Amino acid sequence: MQGLLGKKIGMTRVFDADGQQVPVTVLEVGPCVVVQCKSRDCDGYTAVQLGFAEQKESRVVKPQLGHYKKAACAPMRHLHEFEMESGEEVKVGDRLTAAMFEGTEFVDITGLTKGKGFQGVVRRHGMSGGPITHGGHSKRRVGSIGCRSYPGRVHKNKRMPGHQGNIRITQQNLKVVQVRGADNLLLVQGAVPGPKGAVVVIRRSIKKAKRAS
Amino acid sequence: MITKAIEKINRENLRKNTLPEFRIGDTVTVQVKIKEGEKERIQSYTGLVIARDGGSSTETFTVRKNSHGVGVERVFPLHSPSVAGLKVESSGHVRRAKLYYLRERSGKTAKLREKNKAMTAAVAAPTPA
Repeated sequence: MQGLLGKKIGMTRVFDADGQQVPVTVLEVGPCVVVQCKSRDCDGYTAVQLGFAEQKESRVVKPQLGHYKKAACAPMRHLHEFEMESGEEVKVGDRLTAAMFEGTEFVDITGLTKGKGFQGVVRRHGMSGGPITHGGHSKRRVGSIGCRSYPGRVHKNKRMPGHQGNIRITQQNLKVVQVRGADNLLLVQGAVPGPKGAVVVIRRSIKKAKRAS
Repeated sequence: MITKAIEKINRENLRKNTLPEFRIGDTVTVQVKIKEGEKERIQSYTGLVIARDGGSSTETFTVRKNSHGVGVERVFPLHSPSVAGLKVESSGHVRRAKLYYLRERSGKTAKLREKNKAMTAAVAAPTPA
C-alpha cells in the first residue's frame, strides 16, 4: 500500500538524539479497513479502497451501507483509493495501521488547507503594497496590473485578490520522526495542511522513496 | 486544547533527572552539553532567569547575563538532555513573572534586591519540575 488515511491531532516538540528540539505534527494514522479490492478484470485497474473512522449505521444511506456490508465492516466516514505496491497482497477486511510506516524515512501528506476567505494581494501573494505615509493612497492595493494599449489586456495568471486557502495541497518530503504502533500515531517533522482534526492522506514520499531498513 | 495523545508524547519527553527548583529572578549556573565533532563537553553559563515560558516538555527558561558589556540572553528548553545540570547561586526579590524591563537597564539599576532569607526558606520546599 502506498499510503493510509489519518487525522491531524496537533503539534508539539520532541527532543532528538542530540538534545535538539524538533517541531512535530502528531497524526493519528488508521486503523484503515480494506473495503474493496479493485481488480483489472472487474474494474479495469487495480487499487485498494480504504475506509477510515467508523460511522453510525443510521448516518449512512442504504446503497452505501450495502457496500460496507459486502466488506463485512462497520460504515466509515472517509473512503480513499490507493494504488498497490508491486508484489503486495491485501484482502477485504484487512486492518492497516501506522506500523505500516515503520522504516519509512519520508512521507508526503495531502490535505485541505485552512480557508482564509477573500484576501488581498498583500496577504495572498506577499506583495509589498503602497506607501503608508507621504500621502500614499494605495496602502494595500494591487498597484498596476499591466501596460496600456499594448498588450491592451491583463495577462493571464496576474496575481490579484481572491479566495485564499481551502485548497487541496500536498506537502512533500516530511521526515518521519517517530512511529508509535501501539497508539497508531505518526510524528512527522514540520507542519501539515489543515486544521486540527482534519483528515489527511499520508503516503510514502515519491521523491525520497528510499527506505531506512 | 491539548489532546491526550500529545500529552502522552510530552510526558515521555520530560527530563529523567529533575533539576533543582528555581524561580524568576534567581541567578543560576546552567551546565550545557556541547558537541564538538565526536567529543562532548560541558560548558557553564551563569546569569539571571528573566522568564519561564510554556508548559510540560516544551517549557523553556531565559537566562540573561552581561558579557563584556554586552547583554546576552539564552533560551534553554527545560527538559532538553543538553541541559546537564543547574545550580541556583542566589535569589532576587521580584514582583513580576517576566523581567524584560531589565533589558533597558544597565549598571546598578539592573541589579535585583536580594530575597528575604525567611521567605526563601519557605519556598525552598522542592516541587517536581
